[in-house]
Amino acid sequence: MKELTNEILNNLYVCMVRIRLFEENAGKLQENGKIPGALHMYVGEEAIAAGVMAHLSDQDQITSTHRGHGHLLAKGGEMDKMYAELFGKVTGYNKGKGGSMHISNLEVGMLGANGIVGAGLPIAVGAAFSNKFRKTDRVAIAFFGDGASNEGAFHEAANLAAVLKLPVVFVCENNGYGEFTPQAQHQAITDVADRAAGYGMPGVVVDGMEVIAVYEAAGEAIDRARKGEGPTLLECKTYRFYDHSGVRGMGFNYRTEAEVERWKKRDPLDLFKQHLLDQELMTEADAAALADSIRQEVEAAIEFAENSPDPDLSTLLEDVYTN
Amino acid sequence: MADANTQDKREIPYVMAINEGVHQIMQELDDTFLLGEDVAGVGGVFGTYRGVLDKFGPERAIDTPISEKGIVGLAVGAAATGLRPMVDIMFMDFLGVCMDEITNQMAKMRYMFGGAATLPITVMTMGGAGMSMAAQHSQSLEAWLIHLPGLKVVMPSTPYDAKGLLIAAVKDDNPVIVIFNKLSLGIKGEVPEESYEVPLGKARIAREGTDLTIVALGRMVYEALNAAEQLAELGINTEIVDPRTLQPFDTDTVIQSVKKTHKAMVVHEAVRFGGMGGEIAAQIQELAFDYLDAPVARIGAPFSPVPFNPGLEQAYMPNAEKIVAQAKELLDR
Ligand SMILES: Cc1ncc(C[n+]2csc(CCOP(=O)(O)OP(=O)(O)O)c2C)c(N)n1
Ligand SMILES: [Mg+2]
Repeated sequence: MKELTNEILNNLYVCMVRIRLFEENAGKLQENGKIPGALHMYVGEEAIAAGVMAHLSDQDQITSTHRGHGHLLAKGGEMDKMYAELFGKVTGYNKGKGGSMHISNLEVGMLGANGIVGAGLPIAVGAAFSNKFRKTDRVAIAFFGDGASNEGAFHEAANLAAVLKLPVVFVCENNGYGEFTPQAQHQAITDVADRAAGYGMPGVVVDGMEVIAVYEAAGEAIDRARKGEGPTLLECKTYRFYDHSGVRGMGFNYRTEAEVERWKKRDPLDLFKQHLLDQELMTEADAAALADSIRQEVEAAIEFAENSPDPDLSTLLEDVYTN
Repeated sequence: MADANTQDKREIPYVMAINEGVHQIMQELDDTFLLGEDVAGVGGVFGTYRGVLDKFGPERAIDTPISEKGIVGLAVGAAATGLRPMVDIMFMDFLGVCMDEITNQMAKMRYMFGGAATLPITVMTMGGAGMSMAAQHSQSLEAWLIHLPGLKVVMPSTPYDAKGLLIAAVKDDNPVIVIFNKLSLGIKGEVPEESYEVPLGKARIAREGTDLTIVALGRMVYEALNAAEQLAELGINTEIVDPRTLQPFDTDTVIQSVKKTHKAMVVHEAVRFGGMGGEIAAQIQELAFDYLDAPVARIGAPFSPVPFNPGLEQAYMPNAEKIVAQAKELLDR
């Protein structure tokens, strides 16, 4: 595992702030009617994408979920093409044909958000198969939720990866809910990582609000995969600060304000910022300057997206097949 | 069965009609239960099951894990052992996850067992595009289902039919897939307060006419009605047939209409190639060839997944304008 240098610490923080500001603005844009369709945001879960992706290069692959913006940003996605995709513009990563739920960028190894819960897991196993087949040391990561761990696809992917000893890490973002159903009502276990034992792979639980903890646990699992020792199931305990879809969602009453507030006290950005301040690796002024520069990046990206054209209607039938 | 033309003029939206149907049939038949993702605690992500948990309790309104294979498989086993499951598959696209349970288990068990098993299952799901939900939340996949002997398939267009067909589907002793439309949820229409059935397998004449028959599926009935108004201004009198049930299909009503009008068009939101329109067109030419003044026209979506961009999506979906244009061509022949 790469040693946790000051540079890496700084990159982790930058990554998390970029995700937070991207998402906060996406949420506002949706509320203002500028982003059509569904929008599942990653606010509260930033430490996971940042901590895992810090170990990856563009050659390594990830599969994402319906909640995919943070994954793409951490994997090297550019904000302008991302907002453009959320707007449905032709300059977006998917030429406006996918939107939030299918946002992808194969050039940086991001094999797509996914509208089908659990569907990303076997696809990551396939990418890992490809890595092994071609004798590379690349790894594939499958991000998935606590809810997704109840789909058959999870179980088949886990077993396949273990028996074929593939270089894949299954990263469970356990935010305690599948849509509006709390974990205790959708599975009879507390730790999704327990399921690893059934497939013969290590299962690890980590505090998903602590980016350094995620970084270290992910590093070990990824090293193992690269060395050809097979898959790991890494469960990160986290929470989504926004509703399931949209900022305020549909107004369902399924969790208490007190619970949300309790988790917000462990905001992964606040925790990490405090750590960097305590360690004197960053000052308040540094943090403010960073936030400012990212805000500018966000503004420029939104402007790019707004000024971009919609796809021409003649593109409707393009990209169904290769030519 | 109540008559659509009773004095009861109460109008409620499609979503409420579904909700009322679910309540009434669960009240009437105590071997029914509702099973699906987020159907109980929050009453369904579309609001179709609001209040069901409060009324019938957690034994009969069950929030499941995200496990479509498990949900539909459970329904098959419960039905085979005497219960009457009502299953929700949130978006029709997710049928892909449980297609074995539907295709190889639910549809065939009775036949394979020599008639020994009875599977009174209702699968409720939501189809259709128009909300920028992109390629995996917008499909119209009814052609998959009508092709499976052993299944019945209904696609209500109006609030009246949504309630009546749902109740009939649950009472039917065969597996029935009920395909609702998410864009229709707010559409209001007359719905009697009491429980009633719309019989499976019977089409409805949504508009009477003499010059052209349009067979329109699901929400496309509204597009066809809109088109018919525009065509009326051109002096063209359109008859619209709403099949309501796709399997078994009410061939007679369609053929009678075509024999009267001599021209036919089929409209559905699903991809045109391999869609239900091909079957209907084939039946018309088999049974009314001598009455036809022109080939049967078909309107469906082009051969691509549903695009995300709203402009592309609008271009993708069949609508009144496309129907009018095609009708003019048909009548010019
Ligand atoms: C196969 C399938 N079933 C259901 C859904 C509807 N759905 C979308 S997200 C979601 C909850 C997913 O929960 P989890 O995996 O915990 O991810 P989270 O949203 O909490 O990040 C559900 C049920 C879907 N998109 N795909
Ligand atoms: Mg979750």
